[in-house]
Amino acid sequence: MAKKRIVSTTINGDAVEFLCEPRQTLLEILRDVLEMTGTKEGCGNGNCGSCTVLMNGKPVTSCLVLGVEAEGVELRTIEGVARGSELDEVQQAFLEGAALQCGICTPGFIMQTEALLACNPTPTEEEIRFHLAGNLCRCTGYDKIVRAVQCAAERRAGACHK
Amino acid sequence: MRDFDYVAPTSLQQAVELLAKPAGQARPLAGGTDLIDHVRNGRLSPDVLVDIKKIPELNLLEAGPNGLRLGAAVNCATIAAHQAVQAQYTALVDSCQIIGGVQIQSRASVGGNMCNSGPAADSTPSVIALGGRCVITGAQGTREVAAEDFCTGPGKNVLKPGELLVELRFPAPAPHTGSHYRRFIPRNEMDIAVVGIGVSVTLDDTLKIITAARIALGAVGPTPILATAAAQALIGQPATDETYQKAVPLAREVATPINDMRGTKDYRIHLVGVLLVRSLQAAVARAKGECPNYKPGH
Ligand SMILES: Cc1cc2nc3c(=O)[nH]c(=O)nc-3n(C[C@H](O)[C@H](O)[C@H](O)COP(=O)(O)OP(=O)(O)OC[C@H]3O[C@@H](n4cnc5c(N)ncnc54)[C@H](O)[C@@H]3O)c2cc1C
Ligand code: FES
Ligand code: FES
Repeated sequence: MAKKRIVSTTINGDAVEFLCEPRQTLLEILRDVLEMTGTKEGCGNGNCGSCTVLMNGKPVTSCLVLGVEAEGVELRTIEGVARGSELDEVQQAFLEGAALQCGICTPGFIMQTEALLACNPTPTEEEIRFHLAGNLCRCTGYDKIVRAVQCAAERRAGACHK
Repeated sequence: MRDFDYVAPTSLQQAVELLAKPAGQARPLAGGTDLIDHVRNGRLSPDVLVDIKKIPELNLLEAGPNGLRLGAAVNCATIAAHQAVQAQYTALVDSCQIIGGVQIQSRASVGGNMCNSGPAADSTPSVIALGGRCVITGAQGTREVAAEDFCTGPGKNVLKPGELLVELRFPAPAPHTGSHYRRFIPRNEMDIAVVGIGVSVTLDDTLKIITAARIALGAVGPTPILATAAAQALIGQPATDETYQKAVPLAREVATPINDMRGTKDYRIHLVGVLLVRSLQAAVARAKGECPNYKPGH
């Protein structure tokens, strides 16, 4: 078996070290080694987006990243989105807007939305749909998700104006 | 997943040495968006993955008077956000914005897209249309191959075992040049091209006559195809729909599509004509300095 190695990374602002086989994906490391099960596995091959995390600020499907590739990078996962016990605007908008049913896709959609709003705080509906095209949802029909993203963007914009 | 080792060399020399193992044992890892799935499902069975993302030459992205140098491991998001690429090599931006979704674009490289050598790869027709050349390095030295000669069949290319695609080099476009890539898919995003076409067009100083053109077809043959006769038919002609229509039968002639779940031969041949006219219209508008109304997937 290929030698395990120690990987040093930053997850949600905290320095984290883990032991990793080269063949383990970042998704497996997060869920099975670090027990951060907020990140979900839908397809395991890059198509559904439910495993989306931010790697140096860029959204990636963690099922297509090797754990060893996390060396020296900054990761952000769904566990790092809320501010303490307070949900952030995106989470709150998904909750209030019933933008989820089974919830498997939700962490991925929320991370992908965080990435969108970070670079485009006032996206159009078309931009939202385009940006979320790599995230699949089998329950909601997407409309409530798009509305929730619009609502979160508006609330953030409002907060900025204050 | 199959057990393998992982190394991340920081120099080209190291990478070439690592890859000089018997065929199939060591495999370059760029964004992994094809490779990790291929290892997982058993299509490839490497013993070592050589991560090429830490090699300076493969991360190059530099545009200047001598053209564009694009390291093979640069990801699509970085390429699409690069100002000089947006201004002068726009077809590449078109390609990089439709390969997968945003998450895939954070990782997927144009080099990997070419090396995976899928007939429907969305970046290869743009690379060909823009006159790209592939710089290849291996234990035997360095060589250059025109992008249109790189792929040799579905999943096959000119790379010999142990060779690495290092960078793509593009000539600086002449003044009044515009380029475009578009594909047809039944959805708006996240699908494999039924047909894809990359074009590059140069106009004269009056912005009326076409003086140079390159056309590359994707998903209508075992490899992307440079449609030389179709491009030739545009030269010296006014940049009008009538001219574009003259190129259509010549482009259709070199297309050798198959029937599959995405479309029939006849349908694909029909699409070659539709997409060729639309992509020439958009490239010509760009050559004139206009911003054509183009939305990926429409
Ligand atoms: C959900 C999803 C959607 C996708 N959608 C599209 C799409 O719309 N259009 C499209 O064209 N593709 C699509 N793809 C395929 C894929 O993203 C592209 O082919 C991608 O560009 C491959 O680049 P990579 O950097 O990830 O390569 P990798 O997966 O790292 O490598 C691909 C192959 O090339 C080899 N290789 C990589 N770099 C080099 C090099 N420099 N020298 C020699 N060999 C090398 C690897 O060993 C491997 O065999 C999609 C994939 C997924 C998972
Ligand atoms: S589990 Fe990673 S994209 Fe579906
Ligand atoms: S809420 Fe069930 S998949 Fe989206």
